[in-house]
Amino acid sequence: MNEVKSILFVGVGGQGTILASKVLTEGLLKHGYDVKMSEVHGMAQRGGSVTTQVRFGKKVYSPLIEKGTADVIVSFEKSEAARWMPFLKKDGYLVVNDYEIYPIPVLIGAEKYPENVNERLKAAVEKTIIVDAAGIAEELGNIKAQNVVLLGTLIKALGLDNIDWNEVLEGSVPPKAVELNKKALAKGLEAL
Amino acid sequence: MKVIMSGNEAIARGAYEAGITVASAYPGTPSTEILENLANYDGVYAEWAPNEKVGCEVAAGASIGGARSMTTMKHVGLNVAADPLFTMAYEGVNGGFVVVTADDPGMHSSQNEQDNRLYAPHAKIAMLEPSNSQECKDFMKAAFEISEKFDTVVLYRTTTRVSHSKSVVELGERVEVGIKPYEKNIKKYIMIPAHSRPKHYEVEERLAKLQEYSNNCSLNVEEMSDTKIGIITSGISYEYVKEVFGDSVSVLKIGMSYPLPDKMIKEFASKVDKLIVIEENEPYLENAIKVMGIKCIGKEIIPICEELNPEIIRKAILGDSAVVTYSTDVVAPSRPPVLCPGCPHRGVFYAVSKYKDIISSGDIGCYTLGMVAPLNVTDTVICMGASISAGTGLEKAAQLANRDGKVFSFIGDSTFFHSGITGLINSIYNNIPIVTCILDNRITAMTGHQENPGTGKTLQGKDAHSIDIENLVLSLGIKKENLRVVDPYNLKETEEAVKVAHDTKEPFVIIARQPCALKKDVIKKRAKLKCVINEDKCKKCKVCLKTGCPALKLKDGIVSIDKNACNGCTMCKQVCKFDAIEKVGE
Repeated sequence: MNEVKSILFVGVGGQGTILASKVLTEGLLKHGYDVKMSEVHGMAQRGGSVTTQVRFGKKVYSPLIEKGTADVIVSFEKSEAARWMPFLKKDGYLVVNDYEIYPIPVLIGAEKYPENVNERLKAAVEKTIIVDAAGIAEELGNIKAQNVVLLGTLIKALGLDNIDWNEVLEGSVPPKAVELNKKALAKGLEAL
Repeated sequence: MKVIMSGNEAIARGAYEAGITVASAYPGTPSTEILENLANYDGVYAEWAPNEKVGCEVAAGASIGGARSMTTMKHVGLNVAADPLFTMAYEGVNGGFVVVTADDPGMHSSQNEQDNRLYAPHAKIAMLEPSNSQECKDFMKAAFEISEKFDTVVLYRTTTRVSHSKSVVELGERVEVGIKPYEKNIKKYIMIPAHSRPKHYEVEERLAKLQEYSNNCSLNVEEMSDTKIGIITSGISYEYVKEVFGDSVSVLKIGMSYPLPDKMIKEFASKVDKLIVIEENEPYLENAIKVMGIKCIGKEIIPICEELNPEIIRKAILGDSAVVTYSTDVVAPSRPPVLCPGCPHRGVFYAVSKYKDIISSGDIGCYTLGMVAPLNVTDTVICMGASISAGTGLEKAAQLANRDGKVFSFIGDSTFFHSGITGLINSIYNNIPIVTCILDNRITAMTGHQENPGTGKTLQGKDAHSIDIENLVLSLGIKKENLRVVDPYNLKETEEAVKVAHDTKEPFVIIARQPCALKKDVIKKRAKLKCVINEDKCKKCKVCLKTGCPALKLKDGIVSIDKNACNGCTMCKQVCKFDAIEKVGE
């Protein structure tokens, strides 16, 4: 059977969703999977809501994920998890970074940022995993590594921890960032 | 060797393997990464041109000179390059010549949704459409072969989802084709009426030969299965069709979409009970198939507007709706794109936002976002370079209607070089008293930081002459007293310049110069610079929020600054009347 797994990365432009998905796809390719990934660049980058979609299996056609079919949604920003929730498959994992980014409509008082997001997400989706990825990364020395913390949790959720991800990281991030990212990945794996 | 590549990386790789030697282009999403990647290969000259017309002409000249050459652009770029394209369709090639158009169904980062497949029959040139990264590479090699075999320009059409999706590619070796000899041939390469007339006949004969080829080449593939439903499709839509139907229906996959393989289509149609055409945007295939006298279903069930996805196709043909799994009452706030924290454009827009009698004509670039609240500066955006020329028209209409007010035109450095200069020449020549604000952030920012004629570097990293915008503007005829060069991080200086410009009765230019906050060297230099709010002094007047900087956060009535986002530009500090914002770090 050609079972295809789908992962949806969502967040705000500049949070490192693209690097996380790049590391993931490199590892999957090395492991012999057919992989497709789709991302959107351009104006959407500038503080807008961004998504990266990864699909893998024996043979993958569409790079796009349909509603109700994502095995895991990794949300780099809390409220974005709500926006993309309809894409999650029944019994799928919702991995959420415990981090808020206020958009301009909220900053100027035209809209409100939702309250008690973590609790309400948990109430809606059983397999909601809240990770303080930004906090963990900051403690490790650089908030930028939050993406790799979340990647670690995702890998655990997918049951892909048998792949040597440290080796993949060595080939995907700059040499001086390798150690930090390895630690970040380990922390992310522990979060689930 | 198998690697994972985006469509754009694979196009560059395919061109390299096909022995390309010259490429010229202007950046534009979703096409930009093709030249960026091609520039890294040995034995290839790749350059950024100031606009798509220039890029197309450079590649055309290189082709005439015997080099395999290419130009790449986003869909609207082909409008700019259409003039040389249509005539090169007559002249043909010496070295193979491929024009890549990357269309943007769904308008992820574009001003319209034009379907550039319609250009191929209009210009009477061959067209190829890959569906995935492997095909992006393979079709590029086929494109150069077709170009040289049939003496034609080849239009190579992708879309955002083909260009920006990654999939597995098997790499090959480069074929060294070298540069063909050049021989003077004025009947082929000088298009005066006496030469063009016979050329048009040749072009029509060429199309007939290309159609024969289209009917017999491996770019068009029939995948027969159950014959109750037959689907004709191309590009990314093919992948969606396979996702939805697998091998349960018959498919005719069109890879060479001009000229269309008419015999193949007729034969395929005769073998299936019901023929459906699935394509994004325009009914390009559908109309052509209907003209052949073949009955088919198309746009009555597949939408014209926005991009397709498997879900839309599933619903249109099988009637299946997506399964609703989870929902929540948490409403995510809308997240429109904004000017970044520390963006130097902010200073100019903030200064202009204080005038209620200014009409602002904008342009294509990050600074289009001056339109967003709370700045709300920008009344119109049309296309690359239109700010100054449309501003001229706006001013003239206002004059004739005796309306008060002032027109300010906003244009970035790269867009100014692209096609703003001619608009400025026009406004000076015709003495139109508009204010042209050249927002010089020393880079082509929105497409991801490409070099341009003002940055002092080429695409391939060589030092280059940097165009002096001040001297250029003065030489065009702007008087010295009507030119101000300001640092937009200095609000007082910027406001003064805006005031003088607003009150003048002559063509005026403001050059606002400060590099993009996201440039690597700028991030490094400013990494430790931050603004912090002194809680004791803050009166919660929220005037700082009027700068629209996303590093500022208002929660429970308290304003704070996100230290990870702030780059210490001090725009908020400069607008604070209570001295409640401090700059820290060096």
